[in-house]
Amino acid sequence: MEFTRNNNRQLLSKIATNDRHGENTPYFEGWKAYDSNPFHPTQNPQGVIQMGLAENQLCFDLIEKWLLENPDASICTAEGVDRFRDIAIFQDYHGLKEFRQGIAKLMGRVGGNRVKFDPNRIVMSGGATGANETVMFCLADPGDAFLVPSPYYAAFSRDLRWRTGLEIVPVDCKSSNNFRITRTALEEAYEKAQRSNINVKGVIIANPSNPLGTVLDKETMRSLVSFVNDKSIHLVCDEIYAATVFGSPRFISIAEIIQDMDCNRDLIHIVYSLSKDMGLPGFRVGIIYSFNDDVMNCARKMSSFGLVSSQTQFLLAAMLNDEEFVGNFLRESSKRLAKRHHVFTKGLERVGISTLKSNAGLFFWMDMRPLLKEQTVQAEIELWRVIINKVKLNVSPGSSFQCSEPGWFRVCFANMDDETVQVALERIREFMHQGKEEDGVSEKSKHWRKQNLRLSFSSSRLYNESLMSPHMISPHSPIPQSPLVRART
Amino acid sequence: MGLLSRKVTCNSHGQDSSYFLGWEEYEKNPYDEVKNPKGIIQMGLAENQLSFDLLESWLAKNPEAASFKRDGQSIFKELALFQDYHGLPAFKKALVDFMAEIRGNKVTFDTNNIVLTAGATSANETLMFCLAEKGDAFLLPTPYYPGFDRDLKWRTGAEIVPIVCTSSNGFQITEPALEEAYQEAQRRNLRVKGVLVTNPSNPLGTTMTRTELDLLLNFISDKEIHLISDEIYAGTVFSSPAFVSIIEVLKDRKLESSQVWERVHVVYSLSKDLGLPGFRVGAIYSNDPIVVAAATKMSSFGLVSSQTQFLLSAMLSDKKFTKEYLSKNHKRLQKRQNKLVSGLEKAGISCLESNAGLFCWVDMRHLLSSNTFEAEMELWKRIVYDVKLNISPGSSCHCTEPGWFRVCFANMSEDTLKLAMQRLKSFVSSITINNQSHQELKNTRRKNRNKWVFRLSFQSFHDREQEER
Repeated sequence: MEFTRNNNRQLLSKIATNDRHGENTPYFEGWKAYDSNPFHPTQNPQGVIQMGLAENQLCFDLIEKWLLENPDASICTAEGVDRFRDIAIFQDYHGLKEFRQGIAKLMGRVGGNRVKFDPNRIVMSGGATGANETVMFCLADPGDAFLVPSPYYAAFSRDLRWRTGLEIVPVDCKSSNNFRITRTALEEAYEKAQRSNINVKGVIIANPSNPLGTVLDKETMRSLVSFVNDKSIHLVCDEIYAATVFGSPRFISIAEIIQDMDCNRDLIHIVYSLSKDMGLPGFRVGIIYSFNDDVMNCARKMSSFGLVSSQTQFLLAAMLNDEEFVGNFLRESSKRLAKRHHVFTKGLERVGISTLKSNAGLFFWMDMRPLLKEQTVQAEIELWRVIINKVKLNVSPGSSFQCSEPGWFRVCFANMDDETVQVALERIREFMHQGKEEDGVSEKSKHWRKQNLRLSFSSSRLYNESLMSPHMISPHSPIPQSPLVRART
Repeated sequence: MGLLSRKVTCNSHGQDSSYFLGWEEYEKNPYDEVKNPKGIIQMGLAENQLSFDLLESWLAKNPEAASFKRDGQSIFKELALFQDYHGLPAFKKALVDFMAEIRGNKVTFDTNNIVLTAGATSANETLMFCLAEKGDAFLLPTPYYPGFDRDLKWRTGAEIVPIVCTSSNGFQITEPALEEAYQEAQRRNLRVKGVLVTNPSNPLGTTMTRTELDLLLNFISDKEIHLISDEIYAGTVFSSPAFVSIIEVLKDRKLESSQVWERVHVVYSLSKDLGLPGFRVGAIYSNDPIVVAAATKMSSFGLVSSQTQFLLSAMLSDKKFTKEYLSKNHKRLQKRQNKLVSGLEKAGISCLESNAGLFCWVDMRHLLSSNTFEAEMELWKRIVYDVKLNISPGSSCHCTEPGWFRVCFANMSEDTLKLAMQRLKSFVSSITINNQSHQELKNTRRKNRNKWVFRLSFQSFHDREQEER
């Protein structure tokens, strides 16, 4: 079949056979380490703790309570089944009116009620993943490029480029000014692209930022708007983490910024989702909100390729139109995120690890530069393997976010319970103390080199292949943590 | 340099504006038994509304599926978090079993080879992304589902070249037609990557014969190209001949180890068989692991909601239910199709003999003023405005012969269908009796209508596009 396989390969598209889906990167290696040895407080206490997954698991109790109190939000219960056939039939790409109204209200609320969002401009998509890709299809042609401030969400390289044929031009941001996006950096990146004959069609940012966990300030946002306006290029704002903001400064939607600015609104587009704010990534709710009518209409037609299940629209319509519930949920979620963030960052501080000051997102940006034997990506990856192997925490190395400075790591904190938080902190404490026991900082770095780093970094490994050295595999029984896992066998 | 992509401005998602005129008219004046008995009856929508009661009664007996529970335990959190593009294992298992059951269990499907997508719309597009690119073409037998122009070509850059089928042999695919299409693609400087067929056919409502399936396999084998078999209507086959999946033919011909095995891909969905288009459940089935791997990654852009996967995994795992459902559904579809066919007969209208689908392919050539597409449009407008039935003109399905229409029967009550047939009968009678004055009347009407059509804003048609098959 070898000849056949190769032969057949040539019959496939370039997209099917290239690497632009980006899954052969360390970001996904860490996943594998966790999958083969997942932590469980009683059944696998030595397992790897998942801290590479930006999920919000802190407020399910609130949603579950609401579900119990609102059985008619489901078209399957006795209370709701009279709506079953209408909803099961409903595939209009405009989406359920009540669903759009609920989303518009939520977005308005999350933006501090300083902007009103029009439900008729709400366009659905298959998660923010689908939304970002669709927006790119609308704004640019194969070969065009978008500027993306780094560090940025690892999967942008797939979502923005893979099937669209676009390119990403990173705009490097530095720790020296807390990774702020400067006009200078934007101009520089733009000029450089122009000189290389790369046609830049726009800028895409995530606000709040993944992986930084910071919100953009008004000045930076106005500067971005003025930049794109000057160049007549687009600005796409992925506001997926908007409601994960706690404390100050508050979240400012780009919608609010353009209210007070003279700019071409046809250049401004928002991407939103319920995957982070409400912790519902499984429901695949992505939203495109464009101020450009042509883009809105085109994106709506393209939404046929990734509509939200009408069953899900119906459920969420009921939930999001319950304003009391939403208000309470947002307040409570903020509180819990703030608390969890505080516990972690203080815990790290105590053992001498600093993090970028942040007040949003489901993660913090951890500074491990002092622990690198040298300021290189290689050293960062070595340290990362130690953190996975020895400390048994799956964190994400900054290089997978295209960070221009080695030594930073994204650490997620909202996808575990309080007990696991303590275990994670304890492991970090122990790890840092061991380091301190050996004399001084230089010894600390030697300590890492002594670790068994048999794993070689190979970017050609596919996610599905087994890439574990025997050192990494610890004997364990596959403990099902949920009925869903059980179903795999 | 344009501000937007070419995809926005080119409008190449194949929208026939007249096709949507019918929709527009229906939306403005929808029939309602009580509230609007003189309104337009929707017969352009291929939906299966005949068996909801069976689904509803299953729900009543299975409250756990309704409330995110399994074995008494709430799994809401796990579902809310579940976004693995490999899909819910229990759902995939239930789905492949259901697919096998529909095919009389003559074939089995491996869960490792199935990719879940947001509807067949997404499945078809995703397969295109995997198999073709700009400069490539897929051959499709005409008439075909109008949505293919968007699904297969729009964002992928691929082209469609028609395999012309005619009424001379019941619109079956012939070898000369295949060859001619292949040559045409060459003439257009397009590289042919494969053939895509819908089996059972939309809009014909027929299952493909073994001869046709063999022909296709020989053709793709010879040309070393792909075959996509969109089997979205597989579960709507209500009378003989029985449905034969392309997978069955491959097995019967013992082609599992052949080169062609990995070049045949099946598309499926629950939108027609179970009547759940709103739930967006589609699937790609392929024996090529590279295609499966690539399509799985691409499914990130349109996964099936975990809430929906969970509900349907419970429903489709209930084998007693699926058996009963399929059996009753078939009977109801057959009964309903018979009513349409006999109603048409009474109006002196025949249709292509069919045994599947949610529609009939109706022959109104004898009602055309001339054998042209202009005359087809003219007749169609009369049917929409005067007879007040929204049916789909064959030209929108790229049929090469004027006078054919697709008429749906499974998306309305029996009474509504009866009324539709009565209206049609009256209409046909009035044509036959008043042939002379009818011609004059038509001319006047045509003048008035054309004025009206141009005044309409075409933008609103595009807004009205529905997810239609």
